Amino acid sequence: MAEVLVLAEHDGETVKKVTGELLTLARQFGEPSAVWLGSGAEGGRERLAEFGAAKVYLAEGSDFTDGVVAPAAEVLAALAGRTSPAAVLMAATGEGKEVAGRLAVKIGSGVITDAVGLAPGDDGGLVAEQSIFGGAIVVQSRVRTGTPIIAVRPNSVAAEPAPAAAAIEPAGVELSDAAKAVRVTERVVAERGERPELTEAAIVVSGGRGVGNAENFALIEKLADSLGAAVGASRAATDAGWYPHQFQVGQTGKTVSPQLYMAVGISGAIQHRAGMQTAKTIMVINKDPEAPIFELADFGVVGDLFQVVPQLTEQIEQRSAN
Amino acid sequence: MNIVVLVKQVPDTWAERTLRPDDSTLDRASVDGVINELDEYAIEEGLRLAEAHGGEVTILTMGPEKASESIRKALSMGADKAIHLIDDGLAGSDGLQTSAALAAVLGRTGFDLVIAGAESTDARMGVMAAMLAERLGVPQVSLASKVEVDGSQLTIHRQTDYGYDTVAASLPAVISVVEKINEPRYPSFKGIMAAKKKPVETLSLADAGIDPGQVGLAAAATEVISFAKRPPRQAGTIVKDEGDGGARAAEFLATQKFI
Repeated sequence: MAEVLVLAEHDGETVKKVTGELLTLARQFGEPSAVWLGSGAEGGRERLAEFGAAKVYLAEGSDFTDGVVAPAAEVLAALAGRTSPAAVLMAATGEGKEVAGRLAVKIGSGVITDAVGLAPGDDGGLVAEQSIFGGAIVVQSRVRTGTPIIAVRPNSVAAEPAPAAAAIEPAGVELSDAAKAVRVTERVVAERGERPELTEAAIVVSGGRGVGNAENFALIEKLADSLGAAVGASRAATDAGWYPHQFQVGQTGKTVSPQLYMAVGISGAIQHRAGMQTAKTIMVINKDPEAPIFELADFGVVGDLFQVVPQLTEQIEQRSAN
Repeated sequence: MNIVVLVKQVPDTWAERTLRPDDSTLDRASVDGVINELDEYAIEEGLRLAEAHGGEVTILTMGPEKASESIRKALSMGADKAIHLIDDGLAGSDGLQTSAALAAVLGRTGFDLVIAGAESTDARMGVMAAMLAERLGVPQVSLASKVEVDGSQLTIHRQTDYGYDTVAASLPAVISVVEKINEPRYPSFKGIMAAKKKPVETLSLADAGIDPGQVGLAAAATEVISFAKRPPRQAGTIVKDEGDGGARAAEFLATQKFI
């Protein structure tokens, strides 16, 4: 059976949830092999095994912990040359997509980004589903040149366990000088408390213009924390400086596909909808009954968020306590 | 400093965008074209770097005749000149092919710095800076929310999921920018008038030395099998808050097993 290379997303200690999802998708097309760059593979191995990685190709060292995109692309290109995989999968994060792009140039293969689904086509080949133009159109595409390289959005599929060996094997790749030409000299971590990462979170609570100021975002955070959710913000809120830019959901920010998306005080301009329209369930709280975001709502409350949100938070906390 | 800014014309995101039924490529004809939003930030950054360090800003655009509107806007913001790669043979090119075509032009013009928007609002792949850096063999310094140039040294803040990384490299390089980086200027009246006289060089595939067999829809490495409008979401339950809005929302979450 052909291998399917899966680039593991991790923070040097733990594997991110999306990696389990990628391994689950990969199993449709062959035997998944995880690719781990940098430190922490021993710690992450258990989860890779849980979701079906037969092998873990490992490349360690500062060139990977401090490198940017190019080292990952070089390792994947070398492994792709050696193993002739059925596909190479990575997460459709900013960095993941860039790795996909460089890899595509290196091995002359087609690349598809932001896939929200992956299934075998009529001929057994890989067919990717994308949701484009702000979620208005659903597209089925395939790679017709070379090895399919697919960057898949987090939360596209539920990760399903399928235990495998996760045998660690050195990747054995000597990096070129060119791949070492860009270095991270400092990593600055913005405060997000204990909340999950925005693109990975099962639940996202976002605030917009209606929140009114930076202090009021505490209401959004409290609601999010009652659900174990990530906090997002509309562009109006990040442009106004009420919430940090990296939490922006929308066309010029992050795209999220959570199980539940709660839009609070957000009118729902197309720029915002582009970033959240593929959420499975959408709840809206807005005082304007004409706000276009209500068109997407599975459940909507027309009302003052300063009344509704505290009551909702309290109810959730009560129910969770019982 | 020789700065080249990549500018793409895209369909206005406020319009209803679709694909063409015949070849599943973007329908550019039926909607207004605008300059890709993040490219305005790229132009602004190029202008600021040229103002601070000296040098020239060249706009590089690949696209049909209509894209000349976006080139004019870029020139009216203050860029010095432009190159328009225009050829029917380019239609339907995917990211891989587009990067090959742009790299061929950049190889001819030379550059100290190539600046792109982090992604376009139509394809939204977010791969162009990475692909170009790979093709040109220069550092990729992308997703920048801040750029500093000191001699031949380049330092940026690279936006990450957790905050940002400070990233260092040396010129020549390819950078891409996110919207946090600056506030793009509006073209002044003087700028608009001056833009009319600025040189725009048009290049065909042959002019740029690009093999026509390597670009365009027929040679694309990816293909659309089918597409359809997303079925409208089923109308949800909308309630008016009568003092119990939060409680009813919690009830909904409970029935959906979120709590």
